Amino acid sequence: MVKLGVKDLSISYAGERVLEGVNFDIQEHEIFGIIGPANAGKTSFLKAINRMDMFNTEMTVDGEIRFNNVDVSKIRNVYGLRRRIGVVFPLPVGLPLSIYDNVALAPRLGGQKDKAELDIIVERCLTRAALWDEVKDRLDSLGSMLSGGQQQRLTIARALSQDPEMLMLDEFSIAVDPVTTMRIEDVLKELRSEVTIILVTNLVQQARRLADRTAFFLGGRCVEVGVTEDLFTGEVQDQRTRDYVEGRFG
Amino acid sequence: MFEATQLNRKNKTRQRMFSIGLGSMTGLLILPVALIMGMLIYKGAPVISFEFLFTSPTNGMTAGGIFPALLGTVLLVIVALLASVPLGVAAAIYLSEYAPDNWFTRAINLAIINLAGVPSIVHALFGVGAFVIFFKFGTSILAASLTLAIMTLPVVIVATRESLQAVPMAFREACWNMGATRWQTIRSVVLPNAITGILTGVILEVSRTAGETAPIMFTGAAFFLPLLPQGVFDQTMALSLHLFVVSTQVPGMPEQLPFGVALVLISMVLIMNSLSIALRMYLRGKKKW
Ligand SMILES: Nc1ncnc2c1ncn2[C@@H]1O[C@H](COP(=O)(O)OP(=O)(O)OP(=O)(O)O)[C@@H](O)[C@H]1O
Ligand SMILES: [Mg+2]
Repeated sequence: MVKLGVKDLSISYAGERVLEGVNFDIQEHEIFGIIGPANAGKTSFLKAINRMDMFNTEMTVDGEIRFNNVDVSKIRNVYGLRRRIGVVFPLPVGLPLSIYDNVALAPRLGGQKDKAELDIIVERCLTRAALWDEVKDRLDSLGSMLSGGQQQRLTIARALSQDPEMLMLDEFSIAVDPVTTMRIEDVLKELRSEVTIILVTNLVQQARRLADRTAFFLGGRCVEVGVTEDLFTGEVQDQRTRDYVEGRFG
Repeated sequence: MFEATQLNRKNKTRQRMFSIGLGSMTGLLILPVALIMGMLIYKGAPVISFEFLFTSPTNGMTAGGIFPALLGTVLLVIVALLASVPLGVAAAIYLSEYAPDNWFTRAINLAIINLAGVPSIVHALFGVGAFVIFFKFGTSILAASLTLAIMTLPVVIVATRESLQAVPMAFREACWNMGATRWQTIRSVVLPNAITGILTGVILEVSRTAGETAPIMFTGAAFFLPLLPQGVFDQTMALSLHLFVVSTQVPGMPEQLPFGVALVLISMVLIMNSLSIALRMYLRGKKKW
């Protein structure tokens, strides 16, 4: 089943095109990688999906994005849309609440008041984000006082706490050490059976390790979409894709 | 390896010179404050007593206490705050969190800045026209407090808006990404982190309100009243006006009495300010990011 359908998508800031001609479908329960050099428009693409353009008057999105076969630009209840999509951005954001409240915030916003339920959600999400063991004895201390890598895992736990249908990760490993990165990658592989994952990454090897299919963005265009292994074994449509994955530019 | 070069030495001398120069200028700043306080305490303290604070003036105000004025100032400040804080905080939240960045918002912001610059005597005239006459509140606590509220509104708005904007954008975006509405975001993340700044802004405002004379003179404060006010539609005495009266308007005034009144007024202001500083320190101890 198609989870996310993208057709003729283009994005501009204050009239200036930064991304255009994006066409692909993301299947349910796949890990979809997006690679590409800086300024390719990867982050902007994610923002268009969960309608963050609403908060930026400069940003305009044209074309069509269908989530569960519903055009996101026509969804009135954008909050419901965002609740189904967990997001992790590159810079970790530990909200200035306790660790517990950081993770319980989304369920609470969704109307969950039962303390026992919340306890279960908090423990499950922190465990999945490979943070539980480090913080289980100090759930009351401030999330914003954790180390950068811990905050990033807290951000991931928070995204999971929404019980999302889709997870969008934007260069999540920038602030995380390699060992933890590996642990989180393992979690992502496990999650594949439950959620659809869009993984934007600067590390082409990370895409190779995780993604079923990968798109290559370059200079505001989606140059290529294909089965990840094909991109890495040289079966590409566009020479630039091969150059990029082999590290010859970018 | 680490011997000082010519340049190092020169920089060090210059550094010391600046430090001493700037330090002594700062020291000079304290001088007037110390002198004022010193004189007030020296001349005013002997007047202060329980009786002075809690009884009414007698003998054409040349004797007795200042209770009606003290009570009046407290009432005026409280009613003014009740009006200006909810209104100012709501306006600041709208301007900072909801308003689109367009010419209209910019015009409002400009108006607020200009309102802060309007002299208090002009506010007084506005208060007379609007509250005393147009709304028919008469010269009353209500009219005087609302005039004070209008006068302090811009400062409440600016202080609140600044503390809201000091909360990093990333916190809001993280909340929005979770599907929180703007209001949920404000309530759960923005306001709890801005509250320190808002509170201190409000308390500093109180001290300014307490000392104002012009805006209340024509709108609700009286030279002398034999009775305490019974409600917000009554006139009241006030410390600031009382100070003006006993210093200039009454012949045969004991020399120390005005200093006593001034000491009480400034103590009120200082206590409020210390409270605000203590509160800020307490909340900063629990600083969140
Ligand atoms: N809020 C914004 N306002 C104006 N221009 C923006 C904004 N955000 C991004 N852009 C522009 O859009 C283009 C694409 O940016 P985007 O952040 O989507 O790239 P990216 O592929 O995520 O890059 P990186 O790998 O560095 O994160 C850039 O040229 C950037 O300057
Ligand atoms: Mg990016």
